[in-house]
Amino acid sequence: MSEHGDIDHVSGHATTGHEWDGIKELNTPLPRWWILTFYATIIWAIGYWVVYPAWPLVTGYTSGLFHYSTRASVADELANLEALRGEKMKALGTASLADIEKDPTLLALARARGKTVFGDNCAPCHGSGAAGAKGYPNLNDDDWLWGGSLDQIMQTIEFGARSGHTKAHEGQMLAFGRDEILKRDEIVTVTNYVRSLSDLSTAPGYDAAAGKKIFAENCASCHGEAGKGNQEMGAPNLTDKIWLYGSDEATLVETITNGRAGVMPAWSGRLDPVTIKALTVYVHSLGGGK
Amino acid sequence: MSLPMNKNVTPNELLSADDDMPLYEPHKKVYPQRVSGTFRRIKWGLMAFCLGVYYLLPFVRWNRGLGAPDQAVLIDFPNERFYFFFIELWPQEVYYFTGLLILAAFTLFLMNALGGRIWCGYFCPQTVWTDLFYAVERWTEGDRRERIKADAGPMTANRLALRSLKHVIWLMIAWWTGGAWVLYFSDAPTLVKDLATFQAPALAYIWIGILTASTYLLAGHAREQVCLYMCPWPRIQAALTDEWALNVTYKYDRGEPRCSMKKAIDLRSLGEKVGDCVDCNQCVAVCPTGIDIRDGAQLGCIQCGLCIDACDTVMKKIGRPTRLIGYDNDINVQRRIAGKEEIFKPVRARTIVYAALIAVVCSVMLYALLTRSLLDLNVLHDRNPVAVRLSDGSIRNGYTLRFLNKRGFDRVIAIDIDGPANAQIHVIGVDSVTPDRPMIILARDTTTELRVLVTAPFDEKAEKTTPVKFRVTDIGLGEVASAVDHFVMP
Repeated sequence: MSEHGDIDHVSGHATTGHEWDGIKELNTPLPRWWILTFYATIIWAIGYWVVYPAWPLVTGYTSGLFHYSTRASVADELANLEALRGEKMKALGTASLADIEKDPTLLALARARGKTVFGDNCAPCHGSGAAGAKGYPNLNDDDWLWGGSLDQIMQTIEFGARSGHTKAHEGQMLAFGRDEILKRDEIVTVTNYVRSLSDLSTAPGYDAAAGKKIFAENCASCHGEAGKGNQEMGAPNLTDKIWLYGSDEATLVETITNGRAGVMPAWSGRLDPVTIKALTVYVHSLGGGK
Repeated sequence: MSLPMNKNVTPNELLSADDDMPLYEPHKKVYPQRVSGTFRRIKWGLMAFCLGVYYLLPFVRWNRGLGAPDQAVLIDFPNERFYFFFIELWPQEVYYFTGLLILAAFTLFLMNALGGRIWCGYFCPQTVWTDLFYAVERWTEGDRRERIKADAGPMTANRLALRSLKHVIWLMIAWWTGGAWVLYFSDAPTLVKDLATFQAPALAYIWIGILTASTYLLAGHAREQVCLYMCPWPRIQAALTDEWALNVTYKYDRGEPRCSMKKAIDLRSLGEKVGDCVDCNQCVAVCPTGIDIRDGAQLGCIQCGLCIDACDTVMKKIGRPTRLIGYDNDINVQRRIAGKEEIFKPVRARTIVYAALIAVVCSVMLYALLTRSLLDLNVLHDRNPVAVRLSDGSIRNGYTLRFLNKRGFDRVIAIDIDGPANAQIHVIGVDSVTPDRPMIILARDTTTELRVLVTAPFDEKAEKTTPVKFRVTDIGLGEVASAVDHFVMP
């Protein structure tokens, strides 16, 4: 270190007196206004300590004069949003389901609201894109267990299926094997018959006439003579290309042996009526709505 | 004593250096002197032009038809539109501003390669407003000599009155500057009326206040400090310049050695070589940043050319050739010392490249603006599920279509698809009378978003994905826009 007040002989500049391995730091001080501005920012920062939460304490923190908290501010904004939403949602509440679909503004509003609600409540079973999974219907297609009109979709959302709600959809796929209604070989035969209904391959040498007879005696009461299903009872159409649990022989045998009883919960009481309307329109507009 | 910070130090000063150096650079107040000449006239002219454009442009009208604003230049935040004469930009088109910024940068570089800090000296708002504020200061408080004397002497009633008058005029200019600023964001005549009757939104008054304060502080008080300590351009400029660029230069080959006029005449009569510089310090006196141009090219020099005028005036008086200070470069100084001809190379690789880049960016932007479509379509394929199998085995894909109608009126469009064989289209929420070719109404000057389903029979032999082209046609005008996405066959 050289003496303060030294002059660098090469540039003729005054130095700060700091020197490292022969390299001297030239003294190029800032103007006073600059330094005063710097001090002002420090004072401003102290102001922050006073009015905003700043210092951690043993059991808490200094909350500051403004008592600001990010949590409270989020809560405020959510409340504002709800208030704003309330105004717009009023229109959804008064319009009929069909009218909502015809009005581009209401449709966009319902779809936006419905999508959010769907993600929060329905996606765990039906998937985020409503594509469903084994046992959980795909809501994008045009195959509906309980009906795909706006009113039918809303009814299913409100009261569910086998949900325990008094207005819930009811209907049982019997456990024909477990309850010993049909024998094992009869089940295999009717399985092949069911597969033949939608042009799927059948086991060589299966008895089609016997299969038809078993079907007529046991299945037709719900699924219909032709296997077209019955939405009153949630009995699926067995002639189309959509299979909730799978169309391979093993899965069908399992279905007929043990029965099926998927549950859709009732959402009335858990979601408000306007939200259910929005959700109905959203599901209907996914593409499969009738 | 304290040592000068940025000056060379003589050995004597060095010996007497002590520890009393201040922690900050001492403020050196600048008192620019009145000057007249070519560059002063150019600067007055450009100042009038720049301020005229700034203050009056919001009042220029431009007819865009019914329902659209008729202000030539308008930044319409509430409706998310930017208008500039025949150009109307949507928020989706901010990339035009990228082009504008590239253009501005290259223009700055080209100016710098040709004539140094032309921007700093003539066009920079800091220079223009500071120049105006200095003119007010000279008009109220007098020229350099009076101001220095007044600052050194005691405060008198007369001085106080003149100084107050100066600040009042400064504040009025600053206030008008802020007032003009807000006019670019709203219909100017309406806003002027609202401002005068205190009906304007609070935000307008707040912005006028902010601009008034910043203009008053920057042009009235910070002045050359902005150029010396705040602005990054002098630092960048030094790295961009080359030896051919013309800069305001003291021609030391002609000026040195300096001596007084009388002594110069005596020495010249004896046939000795003397410089033309009579050390009158006029170049320093008129300088708005308070530098001495004779120290050579430096960060503090904004190259406004006022020292050229000051020096020319003196040279004419003493009967020597003008332009002892002028636009020149060190190459020519060295060539003159060596007795060679001066050479100027405005056309060289650097300027050609800059000019070519400017031309390219200009033509690209012009082309983009002239062929800017007024009907646009964007398509987004559903991510989940990618494809849906329907009960009859056919496959359906969902898309979100976003239509942009940039015209000032509603229009009917038809949607066609060109995709997999026998594909059918359905628009959610639209019951079109022509199911194969749905027609929808696009509201004027807005964006419409619709969900569209495309269904095709399942085909085992088909490719997993096939391209599908959506084409929209304006039924009335025949305008067409299209977008391509894909159709997934699982």
